[in-house]
Amino acid sequence: MQTQMVVPPTPKSWYLPSKPHKFCPGCGHGIVLKALGEAIDELEIQDKTIFGCDIGCSLLSWDFFACDSTQTHHGRTTPVMVGIKRARPELITIGYMGDGGGYSIGSQHLLNAAVRNEKVTLILVNNTNYGMTGGQMAPTTLPGQKTETSPFGRDPEVTGYPTKGPEFVAQVTPDSAYVARATVSKYNQLRRFIRNALRNQIEGNGFSFVEVLSTCPTNWRTNALQTWRFLEDEMEHYFPVGEIKNPFGKGGK
Amino acid sequence: MQQVITENKKAFMTGNETAAWAALVSGADIMFGYPITPQNEIMHYWTRLAPQYGRGFLQTEDEISAGFTVCGAVQSGKKAFTATAGPGNVLMQEPFGMAEGMRLPLLAVIQQRGGPSSGTVIYSQQEVTLTTFGGNGEGHRIVYSTATHQEIFDYVIKGFNTAWKYRFPTFILGDGYQAKMREPLELYDPETRGIEIVDTYPLVGLEGSISSADRGPQHLCNIYSMEEELYDVVMEISAEYESISPEVVEYEEKHCEDAEIIILSHGVVSRAADDAVEALRAQGIKAGYFRPITLRPYPEKALRAAIARSGAKKLLIAESAYGQFYRLTRQEIYGETAKIETLFMPGVGIVDNDIVSKVKSIL
Repeated sequence: MQTQMVVPPTPKSWYLPSKPHKFCPGCGHGIVLKALGEAIDELEIQDKTIFGCDIGCSLLSWDFFACDSTQTHHGRTTPVMVGIKRARPELITIGYMGDGGGYSIGSQHLLNAAVRNEKVTLILVNNTNYGMTGGQMAPTTLPGQKTETSPFGRDPEVTGYPTKGPEFVAQVTPDSAYVARATVSKYNQLRRFIRNALRNQIEGNGFSFVEVLSTCPTNWRTNALQTWRFLEDEMEHYFPVGEIKNPFGKGGK
Repeated sequence: MQQVITENKKAFMTGNETAAWAALVSGADIMFGYPITPQNEIMHYWTRLAPQYGRGFLQTEDEISAGFTVCGAVQSGKKAFTATAGPGNVLMQEPFGMAEGMRLPLLAVIQQRGGPSSGTVIYSQQEVTLTTFGGNGEGHRIVYSTATHQEIFDYVIKGFNTAWKYRFPTFILGDGYQAKMREPLELYDPETRGIEIVDTYPLVGLEGSISSADRGPQHLCNIYSMEEELYDVVMEISAEYESISPEVVEYEEKHCEDAEIIILSHGVVSRAADDAVEALRAQGIKAGYFRPITLRPYPEKALRAAIARSGAKKLLIAESAYGQFYRLTRQEIYGETAKIETLFMPGVGIVDNDIVSKVKSIL
């Protein structure tokens, strides 16, 4: 008997030859990229979008979209996107990176792009560890969380507390910036935040930043239930989800 | 493009100001920069001149960012450039590596200062190794070492064309003396000299609609999953670099026909070497002069030919560094039997008398 493959609804802006994608089972990147794809479709910006990705797991999205895309070194996606946007303001530039790329090695770029209110959209996926390199401690690793470089749990006395990215970006940006934290556990909200972040760039308002809390069962060494529990009970507790800065009006949770 | 200079114009200015004017007449769209001495005035002049001609500027948070914003801007099809020196050149090796790996037409003006570390803010020729072979690649770059302000003007114009024609990152290697001193030169519109400005084109953000299937998406990358993929990329870049090298390579040679000793130098030191050769000749010493203008690719064949033609038994390599130009040269002329003498003066200037005395001491 022939079985009919069920094709899930797919954003038009996805690049089908690179599907199925290469992220680990249970990884949240696919959810973020689906929300981004749907937002690109909805705003009809596929033809003028430049998608740029970092090194790390986000790299696996380098040919994810049917949009012109580029890829750079670890942490340097922000300046590459800034360079494109400054040179060609009519393009919509979307930088895609992990928490290591954005908050650690590329933090000076994130900070200064935010201060300058660069008209770019950055989406930063926070899964509390360096996934691609094998699960090392990240700036976002929770206190007590075990990683390859904090095998006995992250000790804030020794390595500080997790970086709260959107909160710090909100502190250095003017009111025309868009700053939010989303989670892959709340898909509709995630898509709305990403759409707002893109709209903010399209309207030429200012810097647009969305951190997305995401899952990494491979490096967390968690099963499905444990993975979701860590995301919803631990991460969302430590990192509050919601819009911190929204030029379009009152933010929603 | 708005014409910047309508007729030839005599000028008396610093090398940094010259570089800014040259970028302007070359049609550069945008500069990204970060302050470091001795290249600062390139930004100072650019920020005053650029707005008059609708060109852009951004002072970035550091040299890493300046290099990567240039990478982004050139990918979008705009003529972008930067300038740096010393520790800034060290930081820029990361984006320069991206430009090598992705064949990006990046142009950078390097005004060498003393090293290692913060060194001095003044002068040296100690960024030869870094500029020619920095990064984790194979040195697939084009490096012009200028000697005069006229050359800074000429080679910035040429450098943009080289970068966009061949898509190898291109460097104008000057130094603090060239950056800061004033000297006369002639400014001109390249078109009036028959110099055609090479068109730019985007690598991302192309014409045509992807959504209505006019064209496919561009997916640029600089990282590869398999050893063989990278091998193919590097071998292809290498082959192309080697094939264009004969067209790109430039040098200057004088009095090598009968020279007993050939003095090798580059950049501003070659002016001292030129004077020294004339002085030595006036004293009956058969000295020759050879100066690579491109340090990458190196004029290896021309130098070997000059050695063979002259039958010179000795070469003298003079540089304001402790052997960077010497090592570059030695590897290029491996097998030549002429004895190599050296005059290394790291971080300080070399005048004709230094070279004349050295030659007399070794002949």
